[in-house]
Amino acid sequence: MSKSTIRKKVKSAMKKKAKSAIKNKGKSAAKSSVKSAARSRVKSSAAGRAGSAAKKKPRSAVKRKAAAPVKTKSALRFEIDGKACKARAGQTILDAARDNGIYIPVLCFYKGMKPAGICRMCTVKVGGRNMAACTTPVAEGMIIENAIPELEDMRKAMVEMLFVEGNHMCPTCEKSGNCDLQALGYRYQLLAPRFPYMFPQRNIDATYSKIMIDNNRCVQCRRCVRGITTKDGRNIFAMTKRSGKSTIVADRELEAKMPDDLARKAMDQCPVGAILKKEVGFAVPIGKRKYDAKPIGSEIHN
Amino acid sequence: MARKITIEPVTRVEGHGKVTIHLDDNNNVSQSRLHIVEFRGFERFVQGRPYWEAPVLVQRLCGICPVSHHLAAAKATDVIVGAGTGEGLTPTAEKMRRLMHYGQIFQSHTLHFFHLVSPDLLFGVDADPAIRNVIGVAMKHKDLAVQGVMMRKFGQEIIRATAGKKIHGTGAIPGGINKNLSLKERDEFLKGADPLNIDKMISWAQAAVDFFKDYHSKHKDMIDRFSVFPSNHLSLVRKDGALDLYHGVLRAVDPNGTKILNDVEYQEYYKYIGEEVRSWSYMKFPYLKSLGKKDGWYTVGPLARLNTCDFIPTPLAQKEFERYKAYTKGKPNNMSLHMHWARLIENLHAAEMIKKLLLDRDLQGTKLLTRGKKVHEGVGLLEAPRGTLFHHYKINDQDQIIMANLIVSTTNNNEPMNQAVSYVARSVFSGKAEITEGMMNSVEVAIRAYDPCLSCATHALGKMPLEISLHDAHGDIIDVRQK
Repeated sequence: MSKSTIRKKVKSAMKKKAKSAIKNKGKSAAKSSVKSAARSRVKSSAAGRAGSAAKKKPRSAVKRKAAAPVKTKSALRFEIDGKACKARAGQTILDAARDNGIYIPVLCFYKGMKPAGICRMCTVKVGGRNMAACTTPVAEGMIIENAIPELEDMRKAMVEMLFVEGNHMCPTCEKSGNCDLQALGYRYQLLAPRFPYMFPQRNIDATYSKIMIDNNRCVQCRRCVRGITTKDGRNIFAMTKRSGKSTIVADRELEAKMPDDLARKAMDQCPVGAILKKEVGFAVPIGKRKYDAKPIGSEIHN
Repeated sequence: MARKITIEPVTRVEGHGKVTIHLDDNNNVSQSRLHIVEFRGFERFVQGRPYWEAPVLVQRLCGICPVSHHLAAAKATDVIVGAGTGEGLTPTAEKMRRLMHYGQIFQSHTLHFFHLVSPDLLFGVDADPAIRNVIGVAMKHKDLAVQGVMMRKFGQEIIRATAGKKIHGTGAIPGGINKNLSLKERDEFLKGADPLNIDKMISWAQAAVDFFKDYHSKHKDMIDRFSVFPSNHLSLVRKDGALDLYHGVLRAVDPNGTKILNDVEYQEYYKYIGEEVRSWSYMKFPYLKSLGKKDGWYTVGPLARLNTCDFIPTPLAQKEFERYKAYTKGKPNNMSLHMHWARLIENLHAAEMIKKLLLDRDLQGTKLLTRGKKVHEGVGLLEAPRGTLFHHYKINDQDQIIMANLIVSTTNNNEPMNQAVSYVARSVFSGKAEITEGMMNSVEVAIRAYDPCLSCATHALGKMPLEISLHDAHGDIIDVRQK
């Protein structure tokens, strides 16, 4: 078959697909809107639509296998900060760095969840260019810079920006000690931010039955949107509004049916104290919280 | 020429306040006031927050007695989650909280006596202020200073073991507590290396009472006559009339000892207690409704507690209590500086209570929480180091706080402190043309007796340098002195 014949066949197949899509528009409006909603931010009625946002393809189904030790001969060779490392083909820089005992800070990344590259906390330099380590695959011979002053200062600045952009009152937050943002603040020895506080006016949405959403603390990492779904793969959380006014919302119907363990998971996956399972409060004593004994990242360092 | 004297801020108290004294043309005191002139607004910004945050959020009012706010709010939220008051908690939860509270009383009373008051007693009210301070005590009375520091440390360690942190912990949660006391933690307090063990603390607490009694015997005129005025007294007492700093019923007595509030449950405190607002202070003026605004004011704190209770349920403190009561022939004690005596007896009681609790195996229990039918309103009261502390919250169906009312110990003492200032001003300033530093300190000594926490009471205040300015009747400054 010649190349031109192949091109023609592909073109005709695409036309057919487009025609059938127009024909079925009325019947499957919901399905097509699901796709568009999944691609773009959910707009004003996001709360209502969040439940249907991922009916067709459960996002949480994209699960990573636990990283195995890199032993095979076909392993990719690369360097991080001068240290010779190996990776499996297809592994991201972040995963491979962890397998090699190198810590790259993250915020929107959550193990077991498809990486999204939203927060840029994991930015590394590859050949002099800034890349998100959570979404960039390792290539043979890559030279990566990670713990260099320029990047560390940039990461610290990002933590500072997140602190000043919201209203983060650690002393009275029940997530204190379990909060990734706070832990990063300690890691980067954040004493006073270089940016002015914005003190935005944000609300607490306590009208849900199992959870509260404190928008003062949300860093819009979308861990909840990406990682909290019903058994049949329906998204419970979604983003609504745009730009600086973006907030997370939950589908009221699905939220009310959330089992307790899923509500708890939503709270635990949130890197800050934006999603709270009602009446958990300060049940875990000081000393037993996630970052009380060891700072963030110490689980990865050699 | 009429003059106005301002003492701002008052020193060696927690928080900041100022005093104004107006003198007429003959240098007699025409008016005196203790002003609390700044505002923090905890009652407002707690609104909208979930109720279970209250015990951790509201304690940020203060760094000296956060445990009191922590526990009072926890008690109020106990009611909200249906765990009831006092007896509703599991034995482990209730006793862990008591241990936390007595640790707090011990460290706070120690701080007040050794760090804030002892300079006045050791060096004299009108001594050189360069010596009359805690550093001066450390230089000249090293043993006493070390005792003060170590006793406070012990109390703080008790708080750390029960609340998770020495300051602003999270131990008490609605319906109970989030940890018990391990045997290792217990043994550190019972058998810790000298001096950090409970037996040493009890002996030092006893020695502090003895020190005051000795001082009193040598300075009776000053201690017995400095700021004496009749007052009503209010506090919680245990149902059998015993001194109980954590839980009980409300009792008030008049200057003659007659009960004017007879052991009432505190959930409906607002039926008995009103709060008056005056334009010149951010601190409210509570009063007993039955007596009205003019006559209903009352004193809280150590003096009041030993005036309302019938006995102290620990042996050494009871022995001291009997001697203390005998001094006034069983009648209520209205001598302001006897507040120190009462405070030190309470400190001894707190140390004894800590030992009693440490020996109780309930502290190692594992049932930490109680839950019942949720309600929308709760009141929590306890006896903080400085007096009766009221926390009152209402919540909506979404678990958010919609109303908070705090009547803090120092707020309760607002009128008595004003009375004390007035008394001292009249006796010290009247007829004097020149103001000395010692005269100014006399006013502060009177306020200090109440161990006020002004930052708690206003929910805060200004900068520390003390300045006295003299104004003529037209408001023009004619003299300014600073220290």
